[in-house]
Amino acid sequence: MIAIVDYGVGNLFSLESSLKALSYEVGTVREPGSLREASGIILPGVGAFGDAAKKLESSGMREELLSQAKAGKPILGICLGMQLLLERSLEFGIHDGLGLIKGEVVPIAGRIPAGFKIPHIGWNELSFKPHPLFADIRPGDNVYFVHSYHAESCPDVIATTDYGATLTAAVGRDNVMGCQFHPEKSGEVGLKILSAFCKMC
Amino acid sequence: MLKKRIIPCLDVRNGKVTKGVNFLGNKDIADPVELAKLYSDCGADELVFYDITASAEGRAIFTDILRKTASKVFIPLTVGGGIRTLEDFDRVLKCGADKVSVNSGAIADKTLIRKAAEKYGSQCVVISADVRREDGGFKVTGRGGRDSTGLEAREWLRYCVSEGAGEVVLNSMDADGVKGGFDIEMLDYCCSGLDVPVIASGGAGKTEDFVELFKALPWVDAGLAASVFHYKEIAIPELKRILDQNGIPIRL
Repeated sequence: MIAIVDYGVGNLFSLESSLKALSYEVGTVREPGSLREASGIILPGVGAFGDAAKKLESSGMREELLSQAKAGKPILGICLGMQLLLERSLEFGIHDGLGLIKGEVVPIAGRIPAGFKIPHIGWNELSFKPHPLFADIRPGDNVYFVHSYHAESCPDVIATTDYGATLTAAVGRDNVMGCQFHPEKSGEVGLKILSAFCKMC
Repeated sequence: MLKKRIIPCLDVRNGKVTKGVNFLGNKDIADPVELAKLYSDCGADELVFYDITASAEGRAIFTDILRKTASKVFIPLTVGGGIRTLEDFDRVLKCGADKVSVNSGAIADKTLIRKAAEKYGSQCVVISADVRREDGGFKVTGRGGRDSTGLEAREWLRYCVSEGAGEVVLNSMDADGVKGGFDIEMLDYCCSGLDVPVIASGGAGKTEDFVELFKALPWVDAGLAASVFHYKEIAIPELKRILDQNGIPIRL
């Protein structure tokens, strides 16, 4: 079973539906203990980093995620869920993330030229390094983004996108991976990325 | 490079897709779930579902359709129609909507956008305005064109964005259903300089209208239309190929 971490941040309906459409067994999980039985873990999330980090902590998910990551279980963070994998975020103050991936989450404002709207919303192209997540897609395939922050100072960037400047689109280190974009909203290309993750589980 | 979006809009009443000319004479034409899947398969970048029923029973049918669509269609879904309270936001977000579009609800409650943006994030809140030429200016109408609000459209949209709306849909009531092209003049006057994405709606009649829109107003992010897609007057794959040939960044 693939576990989708439900810690009260964001709507899990589309993500759960997309995995079901791929014929994977999937469940939303509120009890940290249930993560132990899962073959893989997806950490979703929308909203503010600080709130989400607090909810991970208070629900006991933080500790369990760290332990599952250490045990080698495949973990995929999506959007805010990807940002939470990093060491810290500068969104409304400084907040600690899970620290599973080196680097920090910074505003894209100031990184991109004037005239580029924030948030970065819409379909944009992926440039990626060879990685199992991208085994079934082609360079230049488009995925759907909605974000105002991205990962920097990160040695584990595996995909980028061009929005006036190069923005981090995905990170990966061993069994821990994250997408800044929404694969569950990125049509066929997104389903191929989710399917590639599920195959690792 | 960020792509321009092509967005079919599905007006849903009593479980069926409808579209009228100038908001009059709606005619049932298709099953919304099937149509949504079809659009997604042929390259639509996003879908808007507009609930034009008013009854509680109609609402329940609508959310059921939304749920079925969101479990089959994996592109962004925006939902509008009858959104007046945070409970309405909650109801459609739980059924798989990614963004919620407010129109008359934001006019009736000037704090709705702020409350929704604080709770769900600006990326989730879309202000949609039905605008027409009145007294030598561009004025916002309420209830699908039935009410005059006296609100000046350019100021109203700026207010909504300052309150936290993350995207703007400008629907020209003068161009809607006429198929004479998007209302470039109205869009330029009301939306230029906004720092959130702008979606043009109303007036699309042929492929070239989209080319003209994105060439005339390069800051417009998306073009929305309904009947020209439903009646297959414009095929989305061909539209996107022609936009691409004209140098407009598009997802093929």
